[in-house]
Amino acid sequence: MTNDVVTTNARAGDSATGRLRVFFDGMKARAWPRLSALGKLSNTTAFKLTLVYLTVFALFAAFLLGYFAWNTRRLITEQITRTVDAEITGLSEQYSQGGIRRLVFVIDARARRPGSSLYLVTTFSGDGLAGNVGLLGEGVLEHTGWTETVYRRLDDAEGTEHHALVRVFELPSGFRLLVGRDLEERERLYDIILSAGQWSIALVIVLGLAGGFFVARRVLHRIDAMTETSRIIMAGDLSGRLPTAGSEDELDRLAVNLNVMLERIEALMRGFKEVSDNIAHDLKTPLTRLRNRAEEALRSGKNEADYRAALDSTIEESDELIRTFNALLMIARAESGQASTPMIEFDAADIVRGVGELYDPLADEKGLTLKIEAGAPLPVRGNRELVTQALANLVDNAIKYARPHKAEANGMPADVVIAASGEGDRIRLSVSDRGPGVSAGDRERVVQRFVRLEQSRSEPGSGLGLSLASAVAHLHGGELRLEDNGPGLKATLDLPRGGPQLPQPNE
Amino acid sequence: MRLLIVEDDRDAADYIARAFREVGHIADQAPDGEEGLALATDRQYDVLIVDRMLPKRDGLSVIGELRAKGIETPVLILSALGQVDDRVKGLRAGGDDYLPKPYSFSELLARVEVLARRRGARGEETVYRVADLELDRLSHMVKRGAKELDLQPREFRLLEYLMKHAGQVVTRTMLLENVWDYHFDPQTNVIDVHISRLRSKIDKGFSQPLLHTIRGAGYMIRDK
Repeated sequence: MTNDVVTTNARAGDSATGRLRVFFDGMKARAWPRLSALGKLSNTTAFKLTLVYLTVFALFAAFLLGYFAWNTRRLITEQITRTVDAEITGLSEQYSQGGIRRLVFVIDARARRPGSSLYLVTTFSGDGLAGNVGLLGEGVLEHTGWTETVYRRLDDAEGTEHHALVRVFELPSGFRLLVGRDLEERERLYDIILSAGQWSIALVIVLGLAGGFFVARRVLHRIDAMTETSRIIMAGDLSGRLPTAGSEDELDRLAVNLNVMLERIEALMRGFKEVSDNIAHDLKTPLTRLRNRAEEALRSGKNEADYRAALDSTIEESDELIRTFNALLMIARAESGQASTPMIEFDAADIVRGVGELYDPLADEKGLTLKIEAGAPLPVRGNRELVTQALANLVDNAIKYARPHKAEANGMPADVVIAASGEGDRIRLSVSDRGPGVSAGDRERVVQRFVRLEQSRSEPGSGLGLSLASAVAHLHGGELRLEDNGPGLKATLDLPRGGPQLPQPNE
Repeated sequence: MRLLIVEDDRDAADYIARAFREVGHIADQAPDGEEGLALATDRQYDVLIVDRMLPKRDGLSVIGELRAKGIETPVLILSALGQVDDRVKGLRAGGDDYLPKPYSFSELLARVEVLARRRGARGEETVYRVADLELDRLSHMVKRGAKELDLQPREFRLLEYLMKHAGQVVTRTMLLENVWDYHFDPQTNVIDVHISRLRSKIDKGFSQPLLHTIRGAGYMIRDK
């Protein structure tokens, strides 16, 4: 019979292991992604944080409940000792008044009442005289004072053992008095509290884990989306943007900032690509010309004068190339916003007057009138050299394209006006001309490097003037604005007085 | 004039040295900062031409060391770094002039000659005279012969600079730097227009022109 049971159990165990193995094999075969997803989840910050909080919270709850249980138990014990003490005082009074007989009488009466009270009076040798206690733990009666012990009631038919808290008191003549209380109620209450505590801690853990899992999964999902997008971006698609929820929480702010950063990177990359395209196009042309000229001189040069002329034009051409390279380098430097660019405070009105004075004879020679409108000092923080150069480029452009017309004689403004003005925390350096202007559609384009509108192809110049001015404006946290001057073009460098500020996101 | 060229690019150094010798100067060469410093300390030179980036010892540190030793030979710094702040750094380190690469030899020659003659130059004189042209630096009066010329303030300073370096070639960049204090390249040759204005004031109506254009280099005021 016994053997049978054992065999059955063994078989049951066997099949259980078998099932388990099948389950694990299955996991290995097809549940890898789930496992790794779980691993990934348990590897997230949110999950780890949840675990830490969960542990702390569970420990705290356990401590609280334990303290509560312990205190309740202590309270009950205290109540028991107090009533027992009072009873013993009462009983010893009965004894001192009426001797052992009276005590036995009283105890007999009390012992018959049902309840949790225990009484016992014994002689010095331990023979029971009265009471309701049938059996006690060993040696309980030998020491006076408090003891926790097992006992059996006299009237208990089944004779089961119970726990009780008893006090043994020695009466003056050597009799011993034992009064006690059954502890079952205390233990039951204690058990209830303990099991309630266990359940609630289990609940805390389950709910906490579920909550943590949920939160971590949510966060993980968003971060996964971000990672996925950034992977696409890293693979080369710079137009990708991180998803934003519009909730302005930490992740959203991060995503928005990263998007601003991506936009900047995309713009820089686009600029870079355009530069290389344009360099390829616009620098290869003069280089080819240079090469052709040298080759031609070698092939068909007949005398020294021929060679000299060829060499002269070669030098001229290479000077032009150097100039273009310098301008490109300068733009690149201004655009990358190098922090090393020294920023000082200077007077913008002074710059306008200086540049105006430099270009006045040139305008004059072309039959143009040039007017300078700069009054009170306009202090501004920036790179004096770069701002001067940007303004000089604008003036150079204006003079290049302006057409002379009987300007002031007809009450019209001058052909080219260079003006400095301040408004609030901005200063504006503008150059207006009365040339053909730039159509609204082309304004965006002419700021780009090397772009020269078809009608101006014949004019000398690298086509970098406006790009440089624009790059300088950006370096200073400002902008280059091109407006219609009706007719003509008004180019304005709009700069903040205080110099460049850090770019703000959400712009 | 005796020059020391401290430049690690052999081709470039040879080219400059040859060119200087062709116009009658003596040019020594040093391929690195240590040797440059040793030569400049031991021998007497009129001008040192020092590249900024040198092996063994950086160009700026060579200049600093020379100045610390009390050697005041004028130094022209050559550098591939042409930005304003690099220039300022070079001049602050004790350089006297700064020329970004690539440069034309005529530009280098003009600057070196100005540097070499700087100490003996007419910096202290109050009146500059070239032939019958006279410029009084204190009263700001300009006369050609008996005729008083009416110059704008900038024209005065332009003429003052040219006359200070009378007989020497002065390049457009030098004028832009020294007369206007601009260190960029104006795309159009604005300087030419200023010069032609000045020329019309000082040379027009006189049989002997004083302000000459030196082809491929710049301008010069001279007697003949």
